[in-house]
Formats: sequence, C-alpha cells, structure tokens
Amino acid sequence: MIRIEPGPFDPAAELAAFAARVPGAGAIASFTGLVRATSDGAEVTGLELQHYPALTERTVAAIGEAARARFGLGGLVIVHRHGAMAPGEPIVFVAAAAGHRRAAFEAVDYMMDRLKTEAPFWKREAGPDGARWIEARASDHEDRARWG
Amino acid sequence: MAQLLFFGRLRDSVGTGALTAVLPDHVRDTDDLRAWIGAEHPELLDSSIRIAVNAELGPGKAPVGDRDEIAFLPPVSGG
Repeated sequence: MIRIEPGPFDPAAELAAFAARVPGAGAIASFTGLVRATSDGAEVTGLELQHYPALTERTVAAIGEAARARFGLGGLVIVHRHGAMAPGEPIVFVAAAAGHRRAAFEAVDYMMDRLKTEAPFWKREAGPDGARWIEARASDHEDRARWG
Repeated sequence: MAQLLFFGRLRDSVGTGALTAVLPDHVRDTDDLRAWIGAEHPELLDSSIRIAVNAELGPGKAPVGDRDEIAFLPPVSGG
C-alpha cells in the first residue's frame, strides 16, 4: 500500500495496521523518517516538501514493486508526506513483510535508498536565517549504488 | 500554449512554479526547449536538471508541443 499525503500520520498505528494485513509473515521491518531539529548545526524551524503528484506517485509505486519482486515480500507500505511539517514529525514510513528477517531489513533499506535519490520530492528547510533547498547528499547516492 | 513547471529551487530562481508559453517553431524537443529557455534562465542548462514531458521521464530527448506539460526537475531530496 502506498500513500502520498499532506497530513501527519502515526507510525505506530501504521505498523499495527500493516501487521494486521499480513498474517503469517515471519518478519516485519519498518523505518520512520522524522523532520530533524538541526541541519548542519543550524536550528530547523520547519520543513516544506514539494512533489509532482503524477510522477511522484508513479515513481514511488515502481520502487515498491521493485522491492516486492527483489525481496519476495508478502506485503509493503510506503507513506510519504508532502507540504509543510514541523521538527519531530514523521515524514516517511516504510515497512516490509517477508518470510525471514534479512529480506525484510534489506527491503526497507533498499526502498529508503531509492526514495531518497529517485522519488520526485524537494525539501526546503526553514531556520532562523531563512530557508534553503536541500538536495540528496553524495552519501545518499553511494547508498543507492549498493543495490545496483 | 505549453505549460511549464519549475520544481524545488528552480521555483525560486525562475520566480514562479508555473507559466504558460507559446513555443517557437524551432523548439521541437526537450533539447531545443532547454536551449531556448536557458538563454533567459541559464540554471536550466545544467545537466542535473531533468525535463519531464506530461509527467514522463525518458532516457533521452523527447518531443514537445503546445499542448504539453513540461516540468523542470532539479536533483531530488525525499525521505
């Protein structure tokens, strides 16, 4: 299940709902990304996440399908917010269900690496000195390259 | 009229997120379009800026016309 939506969400509720949908799974792994409170030492007062709905939804769906096929998942969830959000709030939630733990761990890692470097989202951090657009770091691309 | 969209930092540098434009006759594909609009907004000439036509990203240049939605996409930062 994939959702791109503006509102806040509750990662614990997402995980519980997902677990209820995949009875019999041997392993579920999940990841929650949060709006950080500082960025390169500077305070973050807010975050704006822009997206391009048609392309973003298609790209995120393709990443989920690739993970399902590659790791033999029994189910997966990707929830990604857009719009304005505050420090400490969740931005992204990813979960994967598989027969065994390794596939579940790796599928979550794989989906996050691809989301960060391929999904059309643009992040603008606001702080005391104004706002700036953030782009994926070199380390994000190195992480992505691990998966071929 | 083609609809041009500018995402991320391009929204600030171009000064708007969307504008409509009549494409000159010589602008027939995304390479032509990049060169044409890049004369006014040179940041769009950078190879890191990808161009989607009707929300499709192809590996190479794509045809463009007056009914298309054409989006300029800087490097992404999700998650």
